[in-house]
Amino acid sequence: MTDTFEMTELVRGLRFNCASDHSLLKAMELAGKRCIPVGCRGGGCGLCKVQVISGEFSCGPMSKKHVDEASRRCGRVLACRVYPRSDLSFEYRPAPELAGTNNNSNEVM
Amino acid sequence: MRKGVMRPGHVQIRVLDAEAALKHYRDLVGLIETDRDEQGRIYLKAWTEVDKFSLVLNPSDEPGMDFMGFKVVDEATLVQLEQDLLAWGCPVEHIPAGELRGCGRRVRFVAPSGHTFELYAEKEYTGKWGVTEVNPEAWPMDLKGMRAVRFDHCLMYGDELAATYDLFVNVLGFYLAEQVLDENGDRIAQFLSISTKAHDVAFIMHPEKGKFHHASFFLETWEDVLRAADLISMTDTSIDIGPTRHGLTHGKTIYFFDPSGNRNEVFCGGDYNYPDHKPVTWAAEQLGKAIFYHDRQLNERFLTVLT
Repeated sequence: MTDTFEMTELVRGLRFNCASDHSLLKAMELAGKRCIPVGCRGGGCGLCKVQVISGEFSCGPMSKKHVDEASRRCGRVLACRVYPRSDLSFEYRPAPELAGTNNNSNEVM
Repeated sequence: MRKGVMRPGHVQIRVLDAEAALKHYRDLVGLIETDRDEQGRIYLKAWTEVDKFSLVLNPSDEPGMDFMGFKVVDEATLVQLEQDLLAWGCPVEHIPAGELRGCGRRVRFVAPSGHTFELYAEKEYTGKWGVTEVNPEAWPMDLKGMRAVRFDHCLMYGDELAATYDLFVNVLGFYLAEQVLDENGDRIAQFLSISTKAHDVAFIMHPEKGKFHHASFFLETWEDVLRAADLISMTDTSIDIGPTRHGLTHGKTIYFFDPSGNRNEVFCGGDYNYPDHKPVTWAAEQLGKAIFYHDRQLNERFLTVLT
């Protein structure tokens, strides 16, 4: 039995639903919304790093290059590895040094 | 092969979840699991390869490539190439025989691009998988998934392309098969070959050293590439782009990601070279067409998503 929760991206004010067995990034793609850039979808490239502001979630494996333990604890995590356990609010802001890429790469695709 | 480097032999890739990675490379890409070791590494090969393994999955908390290995013709060549690397100014490290199960001693070095490479002369010869050496059938009947034919090449992202070119061409005997030049005539992409293949290793200019773009596996036909695309959808595997054709190498291709975010390619076709061929050149202003021949537009993700 899967629950469905409401996701809110605070910078753009976008909302979409996410089933508890879907990642935050997958739910965004399924809803046709564009507020987080989509990279490898596997916790490896770091492109989809968000800041969770409120709500409960669990995480799948993520590259420690992009999310260390302290970062994970304060909710700076990769959207492709975030599985919501409640309604979530989060922010996505382009952060070149975090994605390890140049400015252009952070355009939302 | 003018310096005795024969072919790509293996690549070791770091993965976040070994079992998820195994399922991906074995059941989807269609590689054969051939061994495991006490470090938790998993060894695989494609069915037409004659040596024991070509892909090693290394459990880690950070995905990416550990190293790519090239097989050289014999021990004397390995000794000579080690001297040549040192004379060029490239330090080497000795990895003892057996550190990878079934592989002889390896000479390891870091290219100016920041990527780790190895040379070795010996690896356990297990023969093609699933077919006999005498009167072999066309292919084994029980292959899985995309039925990858062979590990073909890797694409690396890093800087110091000119020094990397010098090392690979003048020390290791590769040749430039294809290149992309910017408006100043500087090379921003170099596709290097040691064989008649379009590339055995390629480098694209990137400010951060040592980044891994993809490991590529060869398929026979365009129909196989379309079937790979079907399998990617059936298994809800993360897709990057394709099926499409590259301008560079003219290969027909599809890109997708393993469960740790390392990019894979499966492709068919592509150009060939002989020693009298000149390098093919693309202008950077045509990079869209060079990379994606049909869309003629760059997909930002293809250029920037790396492990």
